[in-house]
Amino acid sequence: MVNVIAEKCKGCTKCVKACPFNAITMEGKLAVIGPSCTSCGACVDVCPFDAIEKTDDATHTVDISAYHDVWVFAEQRDGKLLGVAIELLGEGRKLANDIGCRLCAVLCGENVDHLIDELFAYGADKVYYANKPELKTYNTDAYTKTIYEAIKTYKPEIVLLGATHIGRDLGPCLAVKCGTGLTADCTKLDIDPTDKKLMQTRPAFGGNLMATIVCPRHRPQMATVRPGVMDKPQRDNSRKGEVIALNPVFKDGDIRTKVLEIVKSVTEHVSLTDADVIVSGGRGLGGPEGFELLRELAKKLGGVVGASRAAVDSGWIDHAYQVGQTGTTVKPKLYIACGISGAIQHLAGMQESGYIVAINKNENAPIFEIADYGIVGDLYKVIPAIMEELDKLESSVV
Amino acid sequence: MKIIVCAKQVPDTNEVKIDPVKGTLIREGVPSILNPDDANALEAALTIKDSNPGSTVSVISMGPAQAMYMLRECLAMGADDAYLLSSRAFGGADTCATSTTLAAGVRKLGKFDLIIGGRQAIDGDTAQVGPQLAQRLGIPVVTYVQKIREIKDGTVVVERQLEDGFEVIEVKMPCMLTAVKELNTPRYMTIGRIEDAFKKTITVWNEDDVGLKPESCGLKASPTQVMRSFTPPPKGKGEMLTGTIPEMATALVKKLTEKHVL
Amino acid sequence: MIFSEKHQLIRKLVRDFAEKEFTQELLDELEETGEFNWEIHRKMAAAGFMGTKIPREYGGQGSDYLSYAIMIEELARISPVLSIYANTSNSLGGGPLLFAGTEEQLKKYLIPAATGEKILVFALTEPGAGSDAGGVTTTAIPDGDYFVLNGRKTFISGAPMADYCIIFARTDLTQKGSRGISAFIVDMKLPGVSLGKDEDKMGIRGYPTCDVILEDVRVHKSDLLGELNRGFQNAMKTLDGGRLGVAAQSCGIGQACLDEAVKYAKERKQFGRRIADFQGISFMIADMAAELAAAKELTYNAAVLKDMNSKDAPVACSIAKYYASEMCNRLAYKAVQIHGGYGYIKDYRVERLYRDARIMTIYEGTSQVQQMVISASLLK
Repeated sequence: MVNVIAEKCKGCTKCVKACPFNAITMEGKLAVIGPSCTSCGACVDVCPFDAIEKTDDATHTVDISAYHDVWVFAEQRDGKLLGVAIELLGEGRKLANDIGCRLCAVLCGENVDHLIDELFAYGADKVYYANKPELKTYNTDAYTKTIYEAIKTYKPEIVLLGATHIGRDLGPCLAVKCGTGLTADCTKLDIDPTDKKLMQTRPAFGGNLMATIVCPRHRPQMATVRPGVMDKPQRDNSRKGEVIALNPVFKDGDIRTKVLEIVKSVTEHVSLTDADVIVSGGRGLGGPEGFELLRELAKKLGGVVGASRAAVDSGWIDHAYQVGQTGTTVKPKLYIACGISGAIQHLAGMQESGYIVAINKNENAPIFEIADYGIVGDLYKVIPAIMEELDKLESSVV
Repeated sequence: MKIIVCAKQVPDTNEVKIDPVKGTLIREGVPSILNPDDANALEAALTIKDSNPGSTVSVISMGPAQAMYMLRECLAMGADDAYLLSSRAFGGADTCATSTTLAAGVRKLGKFDLIIGGRQAIDGDTAQVGPQLAQRLGIPVVTYVQKIREIKDGTVVVERQLEDGFEVIEVKMPCMLTAVKELNTPRYMTIGRIEDAFKKTITVWNEDDVGLKPESCGLKASPTQVMRSFTPPPKGKGEMLTGTIPEMATALVKKLTEKHVL
Repeated sequence: MIFSEKHQLIRKLVRDFAEKEFTQELLDELEETGEFNWEIHRKMAAAGFMGTKIPREYGGQGSDYLSYAIMIEELARISPVLSIYANTSNSLGGGPLLFAGTEEQLKKYLIPAATGEKILVFALTEPGAGSDAGGVTTTAIPDGDYFVLNGRKTFISGAPMADYCIIFARTDLTQKGSRGISAFIVDMKLPGVSLGKDEDKMGIRGYPTCDVILEDVRVHKSDLLGELNRGFQNAMKTLDGGRLGVAAQSCGIGQACLDEAVKYAKERKQFGRRIADFQGISFMIADMAAELAAAKELTYNAAVLKDMNSKDAPVACSIAKYYASEMCNRLAYKAVQIHGGYGYIKDYRVERLYRDARIMTIYEGTSQVQQMVISASLLK
């Protein structure tokens, strides 16, 4: 790690020119080392005043003891909290209890004050709230600056973000700024009982391998967490907490991207991640019309339709419905796979489902290996029979 | 325009299988391929080059010497030159250390207008290296790019994919973009360009060449460490229902009701 | 054979292309209509497949015979008929021009063929001149700056969509057999050129074949290809490379048969077991694998000998063609056998492979002609 000794620096800018990484900037008469620093030491050699020192690896570690609390990025869109933000509060609560620290939420937006009570209700002890027009919708630079400055000031020991398209953009930028590590797309988080460190478990190799990752010498410990994996906590509207205002100041050039427009998908909204029941179809459907039958069954079960990659690639249904490694990872209570053979990429996206029912003509289809209940038969006969049974069930309840 | 494409050689995870008896990963015979999202990134760069004569496309990768093969493929698709950051010191890098090394390589390439990388690599699925590289280079980044709408007067207008739609974003160059597969369909190599690719020299750089100390790269410079890895436990064997179709349907609904699933 | 990275990459390109572009839909359409598909022809041309081993200066890709063999094999593995699309310009069409064409002829005819803009086919066979290629009776009589061609060529693959055709005709009527034959590049739009009806073929459907009829066709002397009366030697040299192509096609078909057989043997259950667990099946698969491996080595070896311009190349091509074409028929037979009744219906791929394989021992020199070539080289 390279540090500038402020008392000795005269502001000669020799180090700025010598730095191969453009990592040094001048703030007035003081050289400041930026995040691009690779600790190469070129500036140390060139400084005529011995104002730059390089400390070796042993002291590279930050003072871990200075960092406290679990932070959760409370991602909101259009003034609504995302499901994953609530899931993170549930998981964050467990971690905070295991460590014996507080659970805090970081909320960025414009006039989203109404979300603060919701965050308390789901378990936050503190809410760090940045209320700025620049933060109305997500913007990489603005959000990164706001949260980075808060991390620098308040020093959380854990920062969790949802592994959404936004969280996976923000997380890496924050991690570099903070000079710490980041574990992507975690499906399990635990606290090591011996040293209170965060153990982050995530799938790799297309879900074929799980890896538990630690970040021992850097803080905060950062992770993005896969949506739909963690349990949502009970809401308790009586809970209250402390609000701390964040006041980021945006100068010209701080925000380098401009969002011109936000377009909502014109295709029918499929919330595969939030569905309790998914009826999914694959190549065995034989054509796009098969999805009509699946929709009927899904409707009866209060669920939605999904698809395997084979069905999507055949052009029978939009990519938005795809479940699996390259589609959406789902964890419904009930997953009914119809005419899906069970390629490993598909299994990777649904094998965590509560109950899996497989309907397939081929008794050797790999899907049966992970199914809780398997039916060998023509789905065009089996599904109507199931719907008939469901109707009976409904009438008996009434 | 000068465009840099970041590419990675990855094992084809679609081909990875689990040994059903031992429950271990079978890596043998799994081919190494150009990471799919990176192929989309390269295609995007080549498309820009096609419509902006005089542009160049350089591909940079970090990896072992075998990754040269993947870089030849990039050349055979139409890239002008290729660079491989390869050294023992780079081994064991997490995304943080990888982005440091790539940043050093990119700086050595000199001035550029655009860096395009894949959103994520299929072996790690982290989607972190792209934005981290941009942070280290001090340039703006747009991830999940599904369409490049316009390049004009030093700015790029792109569509950034969201779960429920997309954003239209304008960004000044130089900048970094990460590509998703919806961005385009990568072109094929051609026989002739394969011939040419093997006549070109791929530049290999180690940590000295890009001005990094060994301790600034690889495992030593990685804040995160793998504590352990394991194959996910297979779920218990399920039950195959038997009988006629109505019998099976009845049994299924009964069982699901018992388990409070319905 | 251990391949260089270059040849591995060529294989990867062609395999990726064939697996993605040769959709079931396309293959079924070719089978049902029997018609040439221009769209896939253009896509293949864009990837450089039409001019693989044709030099750069003549519109080709400047690669070698080994690349060509790998390409044909990988294309045929998915679609035997589509491998012919890429074969014609590289082999029978482009071959005679490369061997004997003048600079002007190469520029005029080879460049558009190598880039896939034009189709150039080869016409030697006649109703009375099959294996006895020297029995050509089509005539070309000089008349001022022109030759006047009369005769009938038969089984001309690609003739219905050809722009140009290389016609072998007798120019010295006093000579018999292989002497006195010359080659001409004939524009198919010339007056007097007409086509027979498309043949209704057993296999390789989707690359039409028909007769070419020549009635007082006036061909300018600038379109005489090579020396007068020396055309037959040119034809034989071309067939040499053509045989390598058929050997590679056979390897592709053999690979497809083996792949299908392995897949089915693992899926199909009888007597409560996978049929792969019965030695009657598994030993058949072992034989298939061994024969296929041998055929591939013969084919790659012949390709490398061609690249080295070795004098042993012609016989090596004959041996490869003879062995590989017979091999792929044996493999197709076994693949169907392993599939049982399912192999006999069109729902399964092996049914088509079985029919496609059948031509391999027949065209570009029957197995018996190859036996003649091979034995003659030993017994002269």
